[in-house]
Amino acid sequence: MMLYLAKDKLDVFFEKASEKLNVYVPVDNTNGSAYRKWTPGTVVSKGLHTTKSAKDFFFPQTENLVEFKMSGKAIEIIDPRRETEDYAVFGVRACDVRSFGILDKVFLSDPVDTYYKNRREHGLILGLSCGRPAETCFCGTFGIDAAEPMADVDFTEADNGYYIKANTEKGEAFVASLGDIFEDRDAAPAEEAKAKTREVLKKLPLSNLTTDGFGGDKLDELFDAAGWADLSEACIGCGTCTFVCPTCQCYDIRDYDTGHGIKRFRCWDSCMFSDFTKMAHGNPRLTQKERFRQRFMHKLVYFPANNDGEYGCVGCGRCLASCPISMNIVKVMKKLAKEDSGK
Amino acid sequence: MQEVMKKRAIELLSDGTVAKVIGWMPGEFSYDMTPAVFTTAEEIESNFVYNDFCGANVSKYVMREQKKASDAKILVFLKPCDTYSFNQLTAEHKIVRENVYVIGVGCDGMADVEKIKAAGIEGITGIESDGDKFIVKTVYGDETIARADALAERCAACKSKKLTVYDEIIGEDGEVVENSGRFDLVAKLEAMSADERFEFWRNELSRCIRCNACRNVCPACTCEQCVFDNPKSGIDQKAAADSFEENMFHIIRAFHVAGRCTDCGECSRVCPQHIPLHLLNRKFIKDINELYGDYQAGDDTESKHPLTSFTYDDAEPSVIHERGNE
Ligand code: SF4
Ligand code: SF4
Ligand code: SF4
Ligand code: SF4
Ligand code: SF4
Repeated sequence: MMLYLAKDKLDVFFEKASEKLNVYVPVDNTNGSAYRKWTPGTVVSKGLHTTKSAKDFFFPQTENLVEFKMSGKAIEIIDPRRETEDYAVFGVRACDVRSFGILDKVFLSDPVDTYYKNRREHGLILGLSCGRPAETCFCGTFGIDAAEPMADVDFTEADNGYYIKANTEKGEAFVASLGDIFEDRDAAPAEEAKAKTREVLKKLPLSNLTTDGFGGDKLDELFDAAGWADLSEACIGCGTCTFVCPTCQCYDIRDYDTGHGIKRFRCWDSCMFSDFTKMAHGNPRLTQKERFRQRFMHKLVYFPANNDGEYGCVGCGRCLASCPISMNIVKVMKKLAKEDSGK
Repeated sequence: MQEVMKKRAIELLSDGTVAKVIGWMPGEFSYDMTPAVFTTAEEIESNFVYNDFCGANVSKYVMREQKKASDAKILVFLKPCDTYSFNQLTAEHKIVRENVYVIGVGCDGMADVEKIKAAGIEGITGIESDGDKFIVKTVYGDETIARADALAERCAACKSKKLTVYDEIIGEDGEVVENSGRFDLVAKLEAMSADERFEFWRNELSRCIRCNACRNVCPACTCEQCVFDNPKSGIDQKAAADSFEENMFHIIRAFHVAGRCTDCGECSRVCPQHIPLHLLNRKFIKDINELYGDYQAGDDTESKHPLTSFTYDDAEPSVIHERGNE
C-alpha cells in the first residue's frame, strides 16, 4: 500500500503545506520554467525540469555574507542572515536530488559553510519521478534512477494522481502532519509508472554513455589529452554551462566599501570566465582551453579523486540544452574516451 | 549544399588559397552542431556538416582566428545575416578582409530546436528535413512540424537574404526583405504605457543569470575588456545584486552596440533564459531609422553610422526628448 493524492487535490496539498512552510513549485516562463513560491492559483509546470537548477535554494547566485559598520573606532559586525523559515521545494527530479548530495560534500565538509547549512536544514525536498525524460538526460550514467528521486518525499505520477513515499525522517514527519489529505491505495500503478520510465530511459540516445576512462586516477592521461584543443575551440567563455549546472559550486567573494563600512558579497563565479584564476601575479589559465578543461576535469577527475569516486555531474543535461555552441560534457566524454581507446 | 561546401573547402585548402576553414562539426542529436576550425582535407571529409541547424553566426570566429595569427588565410562560410556582421567587423578593423576567403551561402532560414521543443516535441533522437516540414524522431514516436513553425525567430523576421560580402557564392543570393515584420513587436512595446513597458522588461530581465552568453557571442561586443569585467570601471559585476543592476547591464550593452548592431539575432539565440534581447536592439534600430533615415549596419564597410557622424539634418535633442514623453 502507498499514500495517494488525486491530481485535483494537488492544490489542497499545496494549501495545507503552505500553512506550515513556504512551498516553491516550478512555474512555466518563456520556453522554460523556474521555481516560484506557491500561492493559490499558481499553475505548476508540466516541464521536465527548470531551466536553472534548484541549487539556488541553498547556494543563491548572490548573497551578502556579513557587514561591518564603523562608528569612530568601534566596528560593529552585522550578520545579515534572515533565512529562518522552513520551506519545501516541489518537483525536484532525481538528478537534482543527487546534486544536493554533491554540493553537501563541498559545503558541509570542514570548514562548514554555515550559510549553506542553514538553508539546507530549513529545506524539505519533494522529489518527482520523471515520466518523460529528454534526449539530453543521462542520469543513468551516474547510477541515478529517474524513477526514484530519493528526496525527503518522492512523488510518482500515476493513475491520475501522485503516489507518495517518504524517504527520510523529515519527510515522514511532513507527510504525517498532512496525513488526512492522502488516501491509502494499492501501489501497483506507481510501480507500473516507474517501470515505464525505466523502459524510456533505456531508449534514450545517451543511455550507453559510461564513465569508463574517467575517475580520480586518470589525471595524467586526461590532463594532457590532445582532444581539449578541438573541444574548446569554439567555446565563447560564457558562464551558461556553469550557471545552469546543479553541481557547479564556484563562487567569488568581494568586499565593498559602503561609505560607512564594508559589505562582504558572494556570487557565483565560473571557471569558464577569463578572470576566474586571475591573481596578483598573473593568470595561470591563459586561454579558453585551460578554462574549459578545468570544468570537465573537475567533474570527471578532481571531484571523484576527492570524494570516493563520486563524479561531479548528475547527467541532468542542462548544459547540453543551453550551451550557445552546443559543446558539453557528453561530447567531451565521448571524444576523450575515443582518443583514449585509440591509444 | 553540404557536399558542395565540403568540395570547395577541400579544393581551397589543397591549392593553398586558405590554411583554415571555419565550419561546423556534427552533434549528438542532429540539431546541436558546434562551430569548428578545420585544417586538413581529411577532417573536412569526415567531420564537416552543414544543415538547417547551423544557425550560429561564425563571423566572430574569423576575428578570433586572426587574433591567434593575423596572417593566416581563412575560409569562412557566411549566411546573408552573417555577412552583415562580417562587414561590420571589417569596418571596425577587427577583421583583415584580405586574409579571408568568404563563401556566401544562400539561405532559406535556419531552424531552431527550441521552437521544436516549445511545440511540445520531446525526446528528440533525429530530425529530417522533408520539403516544407521536418520529421522529428523521438523516443516517444515520430512527430512532424512545419518548417515555418520551426524557423528561428530572426529567420521568421529575416531582414535580408542578400549576401553583402563574398568571394564566391554557393546557392542563391537574395534580396533585402521589405516588410520583414521585425519591428512589429517593437511597435507593440512602444504603444504600451511606460509602466506596462517597464513591467514587460522587468519580467524578462529578471530571469537573466548574467552568464554573459549574449555579450560574448555578439559580433558587436568586441571590447578587449568589457566595462562589466573591469574592476577599475566601478560598475563591474559578476552577478546582478538587484533589479537595477539587472537592467543596467542590458541597457548599457544595448546602447553600446547601437548603430553597430546588425540585428543578427545571436544574443537572443544563445540566451538560456530566452530573454528577447533582440527587441532592445531593434528598438534602437527603429529609432535610428526614424530619426536619421534608414540605416543598416554592416551593409558595407565604408559608411559611418548615424550615431558617430554629424549632419545638419540630425534630429534635435528636443525632438528626442519629446518622443520620450509619449
Ligand atoms: S562550454 Fe558552452 S556554455 Fe560553457 S562556457 Fe563554453 S560556450 Fe559557454
Ligand atoms: S555538467 Fe551538465 S549534465 Fe552534468 S550536472 Fe552539470 S549541467 Fe547537468
Ligand atoms: S536526467 Fe534523469 S532524473 Fe534528471 S530529468 Fe532527466 S531523466 Fe529525470
Ligand atoms: S544570455 Fe541571457 S541570461 Fe545570459 S547574460 Fe545574456 S540575457 Fe542574461
Ligand atoms: S546585439 Fe545581438 S543582434 Fe546585435 S549584433 Fe550583437 S548579437 Fe547580433
